[in-house]
This record gives sequence, C-alpha cells and structure tokens, in this order.
Amino acid sequence: MSAKETTNVVFVGVGGQGILLASAIVATAALESGYDVKTNEIHGMAQRGGSVLAQVRYGKKVYSPLVPKGTATAIASLERTEAIRYVDYLAPDGLAVISDQVIVPVTVSSGAAKYPELDESGLREIFPKLVYVPAVERATELGNVRAANVILLGALSTKLDLTDEAWQDAIKKRVKPAFVDLNLKAFYLGRDLAQNA
Amino acid sequence: MAKKLLSGNEAIALGAYESDCSVATGYPGTPSTEILENISKRYGDKIYCEWSPNEKVAFEAAVGASTTGARALTTMKLVGLNVAADPLMTLSYTGVAGGFIAVVADDPGMNSSQDEQDTRLFAHFAKVPVLEPADSQEAKEFVKVGFEISEQFGTPVILRTTTTVSHSRGVVEEGTALELNRPHSFKKDPQRFVPIPAFARGMRVRLEDRVERLSKAASVSSLNRVEWNENGDRKVGIVTSSATYQYVKEVFPEANVLKLGWCYPFPDDLLLEFAKTVRTVVVIEELEDFVEQHMKALGIATIGKRLGNENLVPKYGPLDVDVLLEVRKKLSANPATSKAFSAPVAETKRELPALPTLPNRPPVLCPGCPHRGLFYALGKFDVVVAGDIGCYSLGVAPPLNCMDTILCMGGGITVAHGIDVAKNDRPVVGVMGDSTFFHSGMTGLMDIVYNKGKATIVVLDNRITAMTGHQDNPGTGKTIMGEETFAASISDIAKAMGMKNVVTVNPRKLDETSAALKTAIESDEAWLIVAKEPCPLAYRKKADHEVFVDQEKCKKCGACLKLGCPAIERDENKVVTINESLCASCDLCKQVCKFGALSSRDANSSQGGLV
Repeated sequence: MSAKETTNVVFVGVGGQGILLASAIVATAALESGYDVKTNEIHGMAQRGGSVLAQVRYGKKVYSPLVPKGTATAIASLERTEAIRYVDYLAPDGLAVISDQVIVPVTVSSGAAKYPELDESGLREIFPKLVYVPAVERATELGNVRAANVILLGALSTKLDLTDEAWQDAIKKRVKPAFVDLNLKAFYLGRDLAQNA
Repeated sequence: MAKKLLSGNEAIALGAYESDCSVATGYPGTPSTEILENISKRYGDKIYCEWSPNEKVAFEAAVGASTTGARALTTMKLVGLNVAADPLMTLSYTGVAGGFIAVVADDPGMNSSQDEQDTRLFAHFAKVPVLEPADSQEAKEFVKVGFEISEQFGTPVILRTTTTVSHSRGVVEEGTALELNRPHSFKKDPQRFVPIPAFARGMRVRLEDRVERLSKAASVSSLNRVEWNENGDRKVGIVTSSATYQYVKEVFPEANVLKLGWCYPFPDDLLLEFAKTVRTVVVIEELEDFVEQHMKALGIATIGKRLGNENLVPKYGPLDVDVLLEVRKKLSANPATSKAFSAPVAETKRELPALPTLPNRPPVLCPGCPHRGLFYALGKFDVVVAGDIGCYSLGVAPPLNCMDTILCMGGGITVAHGIDVAKNDRPVVGVMGDSTFFHSGMTGLMDIVYNKGKATIVVLDNRITAMTGHQDNPGTGKTIMGEETFAASISDIAKAMGMKNVVTVNPRKLDETSAALKTAIESDEAWLIVAKEPCPLAYRKKADHEVFVDQEKCKKCGACLKLGCPAIERDENKVVTINESLCASCDLCKQVCKFGALSSRDANSSQGGLV
C-alpha cells in the first residue's frame, strides 16, 4: 500500500504558532527533491486559539493529502501536550519532537479543566522516540522567539531523507530574505539538538 | 512549464487566469475564501474582482458579465449557494453567453459551517452540470473544462470542492494562459434572456434536452475515467469522486475504479457500461448517496451507504483512509462480499500507555476582541439573544454563554424580530456583525421598522469580515483591490430606513455599553446599537501600556475570568496573572475588577501587546 512508501509528517500546535511555515518548508524541500507532495492544513474557526494540525506527505506518488493514523514518520508539536491529542497519527517507530512551551487554554485558565502535569519523562513514556526542545528559550537566544518553529523543524529533519541542500533551498524560498540567516541558524540548532539527544 | 505546490483554492485561481476569465466575484466563506483572494492578488490586473455584499449579489453580477460574452466566475461556500439559489434556478433556464462557473466549496465534517449540505443535490435540483476535482491539478484543469462545457452547452456550471480539496496542496503544472480577445457585447435576445412565462416555457423544454445532451457528453468526457486494474480481474468496481478517489486508491489498490469528475447530469451510458463489466459495484462517496441512488434507479445493484443490514460508507462527516479501512474491513467480513474483498493490511499498532486527559482547546474570541465587552455587558441582562454567523458565534461558549440561537446569515435580526412579535416573556436582543449586516441584515432591520417591532439589535461593527480571515466589506472603505471607496455607515443606513433610536458605543467601554443596552432593552421601541471597535488582528496597533495584576490587591475572586480572555491565566493556587505575550491591553479586565488589582504600566518596548 502506498502509505508504506510515503513519508508522512504532522505538525501540531495552537493557532498562530507558525506550524504552516514549518510544514511549507518540508513540502518545498520534498518538491525540490523531485517527490510528489501533498499537504493539508486547518483553516477557519480553528485559528482562533484552537488546536491546529498541518500534514505533509511525500513520495513517488501520493494520493491522500491526509496522513492515515499510525503512519506518521515524525510529529512535531509546538506546544508541550498538543502532540498527545494526535498521538495515534504516529507510526510505531515514529519520532516526536516536542517544544516545552505551555499554552494554557481558556478552559484551564477559567478553571473548567486542568492542564496535565507532564514533564519530559512523562512525555517519553508516551513518545519513546522523543526530542524535547526548549524551543522558545533557544529561539529567544537566537534573537527571535518566532524561530521556535524552525528549531523544531531542524530536529524533525533528522528523521527525513532530504538533503541539506534541499532544506536550505526550501528555507530560502519560504522565508523573507531578512530572516533567512536566522532561520538557517534555528534549523541547524534544532538538528544538533536532535543528533545529540 | 513550472510545477508549483498549490492549494485547491490557489489552483482554481490559476485556472481562472489560464482560461481568460474576465470577471470574478464572491462573498468570503470558509473553505472558499482564498480563491478570490488569490485571483485579486495574483491576477487582479487582468481579472476584475470584487467582494460583493452577499453571494446572491456576487452570483448575479457574474451572470451579468456572462451575458456580454465575458467569462465569469463566482465563489462561495456551501450555504452561500442557498443565498444565491434564486438566480441559479432561473439561470439554468436562460442559460449563459460567456462561460459561467459557480465555485461552491462544501464542508464535510462542518469544520467551519453550520450544516453539511451536499452541493451535488443543488446541481441536480437546478439541472446544471457539477464538476468535482479530486486534487489541486484537477481543480485548475476543471475550471478550464468547466468554461468550455458552459459555453458549448450554454449552461452555468458548478465546480464543487470540499474542505480537503480546497485546503490541501498538491503539485500543479502551470499551463499557457488563453487569450480569447473576445468582444464583450450584449446581444439583445429576449427569447433567450427574458423568462416571462411565454418564453420560459420554451426554455423549460430546451433545458430537458440540454440535460440529456450533457449526460451523453459526460459519459465520454475525459473528466470521467475508468482505471482498470492491470491483472484483468474484474471482480470489483468502485465508483467514486472528489478527494474520496484518493482514499480509494490507497485502500483498494487492486480495484477497478470509475473516477467521476463530472457526476451530473449523470453519465448513464458510462455507469451502465462500467456496471456491466465488473461483478460487484461499490459506490464510495462522501456525504449523500447521490450517484448510488441514481445507479439503483438505473437498475444497477450497488453496495454503498449500506451493506445488507449494516451501515457501510458513512452518510455524514469527512471520509479519509482510516474510514475506508473500516469500510474494507466490513466488506471482507460480510459473507456477501468476503470473496471479493480481502481484509485490509493492518497497520502495526503500538501499545500506548494511559494518556492524560487533555483540556479542550476550543476556538475562542481573541485577546482584545471587542465582541467580548459587548457579550460581557449583555450577559448581565435577562434576555434572549438571537445570534448570527461570524466570530461572535463564539460568544455561545462559556464563560460568556451569551448566544441562544443561530440560524443563518441575517437571522440575528429577523429571528429576534420573530421572538419579539410572539410576545416572548423576556426581551430579545439580536446580534450580528458588520459584514453580516451588509450581507443580509438590512432587509431584516427594514422589517422591524416597517412593522413597528421592539427588538434591540446590536451590530458588532469590528470594521472587517473577521472570521474568514479579514476581508474588506462595504463598511471598510476599501475594495478587494485595496482601492479607497465609500465606507457605508451602518447607523446612517438604519436612520435612512426610519430607525429612530440609533446609538453607537465602544464595546470596550463596559459602562457605556451597559447603559445603552439598558435603555434599549427597557424601551418599548426598537433600538439599534452599533458596537463599533476595530478587530485588533486586522488593525494592529502597538499598545501604549501593558496590564498586570497587582498581587497585593487581588482577592482571587475570579471576576476577571468571567471575561473568558485567553490572556488571563489562573494557577492552581488561584493566583491570577496576565500573559503578556497574549494581552492586547484592551483594559476590559481593569473595568470588571472591583479591587483595582488590574493596573497599567508603560509598555516595555518589545514585550507587551499584540504588536
């Protein structure tokens, strides 16, 4: 079945965190590498602080733009616990790259629900292959908190069979010229974090 | 030619450009909005574009363009076609001169819609062709073919996408842009364009003939194709369309597939031929059993929504690979079909530990949203609130809990009027947005004035069409092309209609807003309150101060949490803090705190506020 021959990547987070840019970079890198590519993203109501999901699939021939459950090569979460909502997307040997950033939903701040107490070891029980990244802290050190998404992307890239050249080209294509250097740094920082994890 | 990664909506825009479309109109509506946004942004120098006040106006303007011989396209979401149904039904009779396409984006799963209607049924009702692209490349191509069909048969064409087709990206090959160099010249022809009964009866007869000819054309069209499997096994044939085709290819790789891109007028010859060649016909379609019912009417035994006594393909919600894997499982388990279908290859599943309960993360009104102030103030009154479609629909959620009905665009005013004239035991307040007011609120307000109603109406004028991603409307003073234009005033329109009591308030000022509501609700006359304050996401401005909690003054009473503001956070010890990265410094929380615990300080250069 073609799901097996397809690389599937899932990005999750909260509206406004930049998951669309991260998924667009993967899609562009895959396209530049000669693959068939399909992506899907959530629009509309979900953007108002809701949970968001972007999916990228690439391979020789891709049919469905939606990632089937249990097949994601990697999942990147820009929020500490959002990945759990989508855990059934991940393949058994899939990689999870998770930012330690907590975004408290209104249901929690209003007292209607509780935010789960979960640290790195708790996440590791759910995601055996985990790269846990202090992405906001690292991005702030780089000079722009908005680069957190590309740090995670760099970590995730260690699991994908795309060349350095393809990644660099894709970042240059998808990011405004003034931010290319910052994002390249963020990408390689994330990559180092994953390789040393 | 260059290959690009485009969404279905971007591809439709490219298709309009490559087909030499001259006029494109629409009203924003998820998941269709980006079509017109992309046409105006990329091809606005060549294609006239406009956001119309509503879908009916957009549709009719495109019809007018078509009568001159120009190619015209109009875009809307599924429920938008309800608004444009009137011109659609008659346009089918009169037919078109220049190619005419109505792009209608359906929303299986109701991601951003109040219902899940299947536009293919509308096409059938109106007797017009409906084309269903399955990916971005087809979305572009089908626009081109759609214009050709439209002109060849003189018929309007519906191009139906779904959320998945509109919002998924795929590889699209750019083509050469057509140059028609056609004179746009209206030719007087009353028998063709004027459906007075004497002429319309003739049109009615010709319409049936056209449907028949379209059916024949659909049977041989390249938009409908059979993909025979290579081993010559003709046990199973699957009929499918739209994005569902993609899932079928993954879950039933061995099946023979009839992929319908042009499903109505039904390609009877093709359906019969396919059914004759394969032993078992399964129809797998999203939402309604549109093709399946017709195949049954043709006398073809099919499996689809039902398999014997059990449900097979769901009638509601979006389909995907996982849903079709369940379908395949049922087919392989049922004695009637188990010979034809082997069980799906099960994905190796991983044993998961017990997962923590995640808090829901529903969409909420943004920090700084002016609607919050209005709903907070309104929540203090014992009234029925008739709501409408827009960001302010989110006012239904706790802790605001401030919306009792939603029906459709315009319903905020008219449903409120009905509650009023029924002499409901509590007063009623109708609520709608600015774009919605121009869309279909004005006639309702006219009704209240004309029939001496007493309802209180609030127009939440945030100076933009916000929910769909900030499009201009007749009140913003800008066209889709960014040109300055007259900015219609909601209060002036109401006064011109004869509305006596019109007041404008700033919904971020709770005292002012509450006072206006009190006057209006207690009055025995109708009132219009324009709650006017720009959407902070559309009109970003740097905050001059930031808000913080003075912990010494805070009594932990939780009053500020009743605003439901995402920037106000409380920990397990009930300590309340302001999340500076989210706070828009709207000062609503300062107004609800009785202890003065919420204070301001100068904004420290880069941190605070939505900047």
